[in-house]
Amino acid sequence: MRGAANGVRGAVTACAAPRAAGHLPTDSGKVRPDSDGEDRRGWWVPVDPDYLWQARQLQALSFAVHIPLVCFGIAFPSMVLFCEWRSLRTGDPVLATLARRWSKVMLALFAVGVVTGTILSFELGLLWPEFMARFGAVFGLGFTLEGFSFFTEAIFIGIYVYGWDRLPPRLHLLCGVPVVVAGVTGSLFVIAVNGWMNHPTGFTMRDGVVVDADPWAALFGNTYFWHEFVHMYFAGYIVAGFAVATPYAWAVLRGRRGRYERTALTVAMSTAAVAAPLQVIVGDWAAREVAKHQPVKLAALEGLGRTTRGAPEHLGGWFNGHEVVYGIEIPRLLSLLALHNPNGTVIGLSAVGADDIPPVNVVRFAFQTMVGIGTLLALLGLLFLYVRLRHRRLPRSRWFYRAAVAAGPLSVVALIAGWVTTEVGRQPWVVYEVMRTTEAVTGASGIPVGYGTLVVVYLGLAAAVGWLLRRFSRIPLDLPTELPAEVPDDG
Amino acid sequence: MAEVPMVFILAGLAAYTVLAGADFGAGLWMLLTRPGRADPAVTRDHARHAMGPVWEANHVWLIFVLTVCWTAYPVAFGSIASTLAAPLFIAAVGIILRGVSYALRGQVGGARGRHLVESLFAFSSILTPFALGAAVGGIASGRVPVGNAAGDLVTSWLNPTSVVIGALGVATGAHLAAVYLAADAHRLGERSLELDFRARALGSGVVVGALALAGLLVVRADAPALYDGLTRGWGAVMAGSSAAAGLVTLVLVQRRRFGPSRVTAALAVAAVLAGWAAAQRPSILPGLTVEEAAAGRATLLAVVVAVVAGAVVLVPSLALLFHLYLRGRLDPVAGPDVTVGSGPAAGHETHHRTARAVVAAATLLAGVVLTSVVGSGWPLVLGVGCLIVCAVATFGLATIDIDEERSNGRAALRREP
Repeated sequence: MRGAANGVRGAVTACAAPRAAGHLPTDSGKVRPDSDGEDRRGWWVPVDPDYLWQARQLQALSFAVHIPLVCFGIAFPSMVLFCEWRSLRTGDPVLATLARRWSKVMLALFAVGVVTGTILSFELGLLWPEFMARFGAVFGLGFTLEGFSFFTEAIFIGIYVYGWDRLPPRLHLLCGVPVVVAGVTGSLFVIAVNGWMNHPTGFTMRDGVVVDADPWAALFGNTYFWHEFVHMYFAGYIVAGFAVATPYAWAVLRGRRGRYERTALTVAMSTAAVAAPLQVIVGDWAAREVAKHQPVKLAALEGLGRTTRGAPEHLGGWFNGHEVVYGIEIPRLLSLLALHNPNGTVIGLSAVGADDIPPVNVVRFAFQTMVGIGTLLALLGLLFLYVRLRHRRLPRSRWFYRAAVAAGPLSVVALIAGWVTTEVGRQPWVVYEVMRTTEAVTGASGIPVGYGTLVVVYLGLAAAVGWLLRRFSRIPLDLPTELPAEVPDDG
Repeated sequence: MAEVPMVFILAGLAAYTVLAGADFGAGLWMLLTRPGRADPAVTRDHARHAMGPVWEANHVWLIFVLTVCWTAYPVAFGSIASTLAAPLFIAAVGIILRGVSYALRGQVGGARGRHLVESLFAFSSILTPFALGAAVGGIASGRVPVGNAAGDLVTSWLNPTSVVIGALGVATGAHLAAVYLAADAHRLGERSLELDFRARALGSGVVVGALALAGLLVVRADAPALYDGLTRGWGAVMAGSSAAAGLVTLVLVQRRRFGPSRVTAALAVAAVLAGWAAAQRPSILPGLTVEEAAAGRATLLAVVVAVVAGAVVLVPSLALLFHLYLRGRLDPVAGPDVTVGSGPAAGHETHHRTARAVVAAATLLAGVVLTSVVGSGWPLVLGVGCLIVCAVATFGLATIDIDEERSNGRAALRREP
C-alpha cells in the first residue's frame, strides 16, 4: 500500500474542507516527532495494512446489526404513542391493547439497540484509534450530544413501559413524548458526524495535526448532513412501519383477520405508506447533494468511467473498470437525476487517480438494490393509501398481503444497501479527501478473533430477538369479549 | 479549562461504577442465591426486578464517559483504545451477552433454558466489570504509552495491578448491589430477603476492604508511582475517605439504616476514583499530561456547553426516574389492571377528513416543487417541512376511522376483507 494523502485532485474540488498538503502520517512512513519535541500528537507508528479489510468488515457487521434497531428507535415510539393517544380519546380497547403490547416490543428492541450501539462506540476506538486521535476533537461532540439524547430516551422509555397502570393516563402519555423527541435528536447528532466525515469542515490541518477545531461549525454549520438525516428519518418510518406490519400481514394470510390484526395493520402500514413515496423526493435531493459535493461517489453509483455530457444510467450490468457492460442503458438519465439537466456534464471516475476510487461494483449494486426496493415499497405504499382512502378499508387481495409480508425484510435490505452505498462510496477516505481509511486503522492484531467472536455473538443475539418477538406475539390477546376475534373470510 | 472535561469523565465513571456496578453485582447475586433464608427463586426475582426500569439509563453512563474522552482527549483515547483493545473488546462482548440475557430474563420457560440464561447473565456480569477494571489497571499502572497500539497487547491488562483492580471492580459491584437490594427489600417489607442481603452486604463489604488493602500492597510492588500518589497528598486523603465511607456503610447496614448506607457506599466508590485521579495528576498517560492531551479551546468549551446543557435535561429526568423508582411507582403491578380510557367515542369526522385531505394535497404539491424543482436554500428547507407535514396529514387521513368500526358494531366488521 502506498499513498500519502496529498489529496487535492483535479475534479474533486467541490469540497471546501481544508486539506493537509502531504504531511499526514501514513502507513508507508510516519511523521517525525518534532526535533524540539514540541508535539507528540502526530506521532503514530505505521500499522499492518492487512488489518484494514478485517476492521472494515467488523465495523460493517456491527453497523448492519445496529442500524435496523435505530429505525425502531426513530419511529416505533410515535406509533405506540399514536395508539395510546387515540385510545385515550376514544376509549378503544383494541388500540389500548396494541399500545401496551407494542411498548414491550419497543423496550426489548431498545435494550438490544443500547448494547449494539455501545459496541459501535467501543469499535470507534478499538478499530480506528488514529481517526479518533486525530479528529475526535472535531466531531466527538456529536456523540457527546447523542449520549444525552440516548440518556433521555433510556430514562423515559423505562418510565413509560414500567409506568403502565401506575401513572395517571395523561401523564403516562406525556412521558412518551421525550422518547420520541430523543429518538429524533439522537439520530440527528450521529448523522451530523457522518455528514462531517463525508464533507469535513470546521478545522485546519497543519503538519498532520488538527488545529483550530470548531466542533459546532464542523457538525452543524455543515449543510451536507441534512439530506442524510431526512433520508434516514423517512427510512426509519418505512422500516419500522413495514417491519411491524409483516407479522400482521402474515396473520391475515393465515386467516386471522380480527379487528386487532386489522387495526395493527392499518397503523403500521399507514406509517410506512406515507413515508415510502415521499422518500423518492428526498432521495432525489440526496442524489443532487452527492453530485455537488462528492462527484466521485456519484460516478461510482453509476459506474461512469469518463466525464460525460448527458450521461446515461444503466440498470443492472457490471462495471469492468472502464464502463458498465451488460446493463440496460437509459440515455441522459444520470445527468437528469443528478443535475436536473439532461445535457449536464457528470464527472467520471477517471477524473481522479485509481487510488481514490471506491469499489465501484459494490457501490453500484448497493445503490441499485436500494433504489429498486425503494421503488417497489413506494408503489406498495401508494396502493395501500389508495384503497384505504378511496374505499376506507384494507386491501383484499392476498397478493397485497404477500407483498406486505415481504416488505418488512426488504425494507431492512434497502436500508442496509443505502448505508453501504454512502459508506463504501466514501472509500478510500474515512474523512473525505482528508484522511484515508488505511491511516485510521488500529495497529493491534487479533481483529479476526474479534470478528469471529462477534459473528457468533450476533447470531445468538438475532436468534434471541427472534425468539423473544415470537414469544411476545404468542401472549393471549385479552380483549373484551364482545369483539369477535375473527370474522368470516369472504375476501 | 483543560481539566474540566476530566472532571466530567470522573463523575461519569463514578456514576457508572455506582449504578451499573450495582447492576453487575445484582447479576452476581442471581447466581449466588445460597446460603439464604429466602427461596432462591424469590431472591433472583428480587434482584431482577430491582434492575428493571433503571437498567438502560445506568449503562448510558459508559457511553457518556467514552464520548467525552474521545472529544476532549482524543490522543489519549486513541492510545488507550488501541493498546487495551483486548479487555475493552471483552467488556463489549460481556455487555452484549448481558443485554441479551437481560432481555430474555423471565421469558424463558423450562428449568434448563432459564438456568442457561441466568448463568449467561451472571457470567457476563462478572466478565464485564473485571475487564473494565483490568483496563483501568493498565492505565493506572502506566502501561499504556502514547501511540497506536504502542503498548503490549497482553501485559497491559494482564498484570498484577489490573487483576487486582478487576477483582475489586467485581467485588465492589456485588457490595453495592447487596446494599441496594437490602434497601429495596426493606422498602417492600420482605423481611427474609432484607436479612439475606444485609448479610451479603456485610460479607462483600469485608471482601472489598480486604481486596483494597491487598491491592495497595500489589500496587506498591507493581506500580510504585501509583502507590506514591495514593499514599501522599490528596490521593491519601481520598483513599482514607473511601475507607472511612466504606466502614460507615458497614455500620449503617448492620443497623439497618439502608437509606443513608446507599449514599455512603456510593461515596466510597467516588472517593476511590478521585484518589486515583489525584495520584496520577497531572499525567493522563506516561509522558502525556492532561493539559497536553486536551483538545483545543473551542472543543473544550463546546464539551462544557454540551454537558451543562445536557445536564439541564438530564438531571430533572434522572431525578424523576429515581423518584418514581425508589418510591415503588415503577414496581410491577400485582394483577392486570386494565384501565381503558373512557373518553368520547369516535364521532363524525368528515370535516376533519376534508381538511386533512386539503392540507395533504397542498403540502405535497408545495413540497415537490420546493424540494425538487427549486431545490436549494430556504425554499428547500420549507419544502422538506412540507413533505413532513404531508406525511403526517396523510397518516391522519389513513387512520381517521381506525376506531369507527367499533361503534358500527359487527356489521362493519363483516365488510372488512
